[in-house]
Amino acid sequence: MTRAEIEAAVLKALAEVAPEVDVASLRRDAPVRDQVDLDSFDYLNFFVALHKGSGIDVPESDYPKLATVRDAVDYLAQRIAP
Amino acid sequence: MIEFRMPSLGADMEAGTLVQWLKKPGDPLKRGDIIAVVDTEKGAIEIEVFNDGVLDRTALQLGEKVPVGTVLAFIRGVDEAAFAEAPAPKPVGVPIPPAAPAPTPDARIEAPGPATPPERRISPAARKAAQELHVDLSSVEGTGPGDSVTRADVERAASARRVTPMPATPPDRTAAMRAAIAAAMSRSKREIPHLYLATTVDMSRLLAWLAAENEKRSIDARLLPIALLLKGVAQAVVEVPDVNGFWIDSGFRPGTGVHVGCAVALRDGGLVAPALHDVDRKDLDTVMRELRDLITRARAGALRSSELSDSTITVTNLGDLGVETAFGIIYPPQVALVGLGRVVQRPWVFDGRVEPRPVMTASVSADHRAVDGRRAGLFLSAIERWVQKPETL
Repeated sequence: MTRAEIEAAVLKALAEVAPEVDVASLRRDAPVRDQVDLDSFDYLNFFVALHKGSGIDVPESDYPKLATVRDAVDYLAQRIAP
Repeated sequence: MIEFRMPSLGADMEAGTLVQWLKKPGDPLKRGDIIAVVDTEKGAIEIEVFNDGVLDRTALQLGEKVPVGTVLAFIRGVDEAAFAEAPAPKPVGVPIPPAAPAPTPDARIEAPGPATPPERRISPAARKAAQELHVDLSSVEGTGPGDSVTRADVERAASARRVTPMPATPPDRTAAMRAAIAAAMSRSKREIPHLYLATTVDMSRLLAWLAAENEKRSIDARLLPIALLLKGVAQAVVEVPDVNGFWIDSGFRPGTGVHVGCAVALRDGGLVAPALHDVDRKDLDTVMRELRDLITRARAGALRSSELSDSTITVTNLGDLGVETAFGIIYPPQVALVGLGRVVQRPWVFDGRVEPRPVMTASVSADHRAVDGRRAGLFLSAIERWVQKPETL
């Protein structure tokens, strides 16, 4: 997956849990939870959707490493790369 | 023959609109089957039946908006003969008419007779008022001496006329839900003498246990703290059943089962608190799965009637928003509501030493008519105790 594809997967996962949000307009370097109203269920569902879209199962202890869209792309790119 | 009526889906529901029949006359019914879909301000609700039997006939047309308690259908026992003549279905409940009848609390119910006696007296003040308010005097019921029409009768008729008929479909569901919440919460604060208690709960054991457990689980099988907390609340309810049930007709009626209403905020505003049934008897995986399903359906506006009418206690969790302490308003006719706050790191004294620990404020709002401070306090302590032994939840 390219970075662009990973970012698309992240945004798609977000759009799934928060359909009212225009994900394209999110700031990539600010925490997602500051920009989107996500409760703990939404947050878990986001990781479930991300798993479906990218194949990466993010362990709970790594959740804080995916706070912003950019961080999430970095993290997933690293996990996907051999 | 059993009359199947429009169920009350909570204290804030007055009427519903029939949008779909999912069974047709002659179909066998089992308790829990979904017979119809009814539109309310809480979404399209699937209505379940309470009895086994056969759907004999329906008594309501699609699109009709009727008050709670109106007969929707007739269900006959499996061995019972079908309704003999099958006459045109007669609506037994009164559909909401375009103009509401004059709600005169002191209206006299007279023996049948002409609505307007030929020679009744109308006071000059009443005539004047009728002119000002554009009221047709022949339609006004007189309550004065000798059934004469008084000014008050005219004013009452005028105000009754101003009652807006209910539209078949609420033009704005968010506004309708807002109005329903307003009605239920106002009633609660007006009628229920709330008492409020809170305590700070050490969450370190629960969170450590959960982290270790989730480490072993694939992402879609992971648990959230709320699943454990709901189970803990349910176990505490079993220990202190005084908080589980309803205050109806000046008395406490214990709930049958521990059905925890989970306050779910909707994405476009408003909230619903559908019931998670028998939480005390379910394992954590089931609680988590069912809660996820409940939240998803609540937000999609696709709940079932039992979920809206069965809650015996409610839990509101505002911790995700960064709220530390939540004191909620009881959902009538329930008698208690648990408020959960955010988990925060705080200095905590343990074994004579101060150390940072994750803690959470748990509160209970209780109806003092049904529950005293001591029992409510025992309930809160029981929650705290269960939270300290997550492995037993």
